[in-house]
Amino acid sequence: MPRLSYLKALNRALGDEMDRDPDVFVLGEDMKFALTNVTAGFLDRFGPSRILEMPLTEQGFTNFATGAAMAGRRPVVEFQIPFLLLLVFEQITNQANKFRLMSGGRLSVPATYLCPAAGWRAAWGAQHSDQPYSLFAHMGVKTVLPATPTDAYGLLVSAIRDDDPVVFFGPIATMGVREDVDYASLGPIPLGVGRVHRAGTDVTVVAVGHLVHDALAVAEELADEASVEVFDPRTVYPFDWAGLAASLEKTGRLVVIDDSNRSCGLGGEILATAAEEMRLVAPPKRITRPDGAMVGASPELDVALQPTRAQLTEAIRRVLKS
Amino acid sequence: MTEAVDLYRTIRYIRRFEERAIELVAAGEIASGIHPCIGQEAVGVGVVAALTPDDIVLSSHRGHGHLLAKGCDPARVMAEMCGRVTGIDKGRGGSFHPSDLHANVYNSTGTVGHGAAIAAGIAWTCRPGQVVVNFFGDGAVTQGALLEGFNLASLLRLPVVFVCENNGYATTLPVETAVAGTIIGRGEAFDIPSSTVDGQDVEVVLAAAGTAVQRARTGGGPTLLEFATYRYYGHHTFELKARMKYRTQAEIDRWRARDPLDIAAARVPADVRADVDARIETELDEVVAFAVGSARPDPVDALEYMYTDGLRARAGVVGDA
Repeated sequence: MPRLSYLKALNRALGDEMDRDPDVFVLGEDMKFALTNVTAGFLDRFGPSRILEMPLTEQGFTNFATGAAMAGRRPVVEFQIPFLLLLVFEQITNQANKFRLMSGGRLSVPATYLCPAAGWRAAWGAQHSDQPYSLFAHMGVKTVLPATPTDAYGLLVSAIRDDDPVVFFGPIATMGVREDVDYASLGPIPLGVGRVHRAGTDVTVVAVGHLVHDALAVAEELADEASVEVFDPRTVYPFDWAGLAASLEKTGRLVVIDDSNRSCGLGGEILATAAEEMRLVAPPKRITRPDGAMVGASPELDVALQPTRAQLTEAIRRVLKS
Repeated sequence: MTEAVDLYRTIRYIRRFEERAIELVAAGEIASGIHPCIGQEAVGVGVVAALTPDDIVLSSHRGHGHLLAKGCDPARVMAEMCGRVTGIDKGRGGSFHPSDLHANVYNSTGTVGHGAAIAAGIAWTCRPGQVVVNFFGDGAVTQGALLEGFNLASLLRLPVVFVCENNGYATTLPVETAVAGTIIGRGEAFDIPSSTVDGQDVEVVLAAAGTAVQRARTGGGPTLLEFATYRYYGHHTFELKARMKYRTQAEIDRWRARDPLDIAAARVPADVRADVDARIETELDEVVAFAVGSARPDPVDALEYMYTDGLRARAGVVGDA
């Protein structure tokens, strides 16, 4: 069976959708040389009318994509670095995502914002390391954060086919993740449906993005102590609350590991919703980045702020004891 | 060839429509208040007269005139301003953010200056011969996003006509204290043919727009037209109460002396005008009656129309809390 990497899954999903639907096009920076490798080979394959090389004008080309999307095209806007999503936060949340409402349901903006280098990369410093997916969820923008190549393929296909704006975060730490896949089995995965990567009965660990792999490793290490269920929502918004409730119905105990900052982050929302509406037999815990995390430019300073396996192990043990 | 009487009728219609709307603001029917375009109607009317129904308009927060000139149903525009379900956007766009795909009015983004690149994106998808017009005010020319739109439109040689309605003030800030250099200099810097034109005489506006639209239609790329105009009312109807003295009566009177309505009226015989005016009053009575008589939205539907697939946002409270 072929080995598919996360990065190659993005390339394959995007290429398959461009083959399938002539309205799909890509715009972004350094397209000619496919700097992120997501569009490797695409300029030759699809030509410059569907692979638009853009100058450094992120607000401009995000708005440009909104216009093209309103007119019926399906832009995939590539951002090389997640902080660029903060530069265009207004254009996505206040414009693209609101024209549907403001037109009384007549306009739609089927744009995908693809960030294939989301999150932290050692020593890239304070302005290149944010992971702002919780902000988009806060603003009601459909947001996906797949952890595996199969899920990356399926959710990118669904994001492109979705008639609303969708932000796609591909964590940089997952780009090299590989999986044995049967290409014929790859297909769209619906937004808003989580995945139980590992079934368990004692505690539910909700993990997102690259942290899913950390959660699975910890669950395996603790296998003799506890039966850990690893639940990956895959989509940050809309969140699979029913999937989480079903898991907690079994376990009644919850730990969340989330790459957001602590205040108003996804982890806080998961704990709050579980506490209000779901079955919990013990106080839940979350592991996040610190409040307003700003990482330094040395590996020691930024690793110090990342959620770790050790923290997760400790949190699981505490929740199991309480 | 657009007849003088048609240009007059549309300007008169917009003037009286907004005067009636201001009454509805005072009566509490238009909760948002409005940004009146009274005094600068000739710009929208003249520019849109150069378009076909197939052409696309992106408006601004001061957009009622653009919508009416483009052929939106006035009763449904007024209902929209009143936040009624019969409005062109079912009460979700309001006076500030309306769109009407039936008339090819795509949107009126409230983020000043950001319509330019949206217009460029739409223009990139246009059929040959189809044109996009993006209206904005002088306040937009100090926004970087506008210039990003200029750059993309020029780089890709897109069929866009950028229309700056320079009414002299960004809310209270005089243009000469806000804009370094010139407005058309911003277009010229991007190799966009740019000119400053009288915005009070609708026939002058139409002639300039006609040239720009023709350039766009025939593959000649974008144009920037700056129209010198003036709003007789404040930035927004809140100024009817908060009387901020950022301009002199003498200045207002000077611009009143070149009222676009009077200039257009002078080209139409008095008896024809009287007939046009009377019909407008009758129509506007019906417009207002339709708007005010229409149902208000049901609060239960406040989360409708957010997503295309029926996704329902979670409510702000769970259970009986």
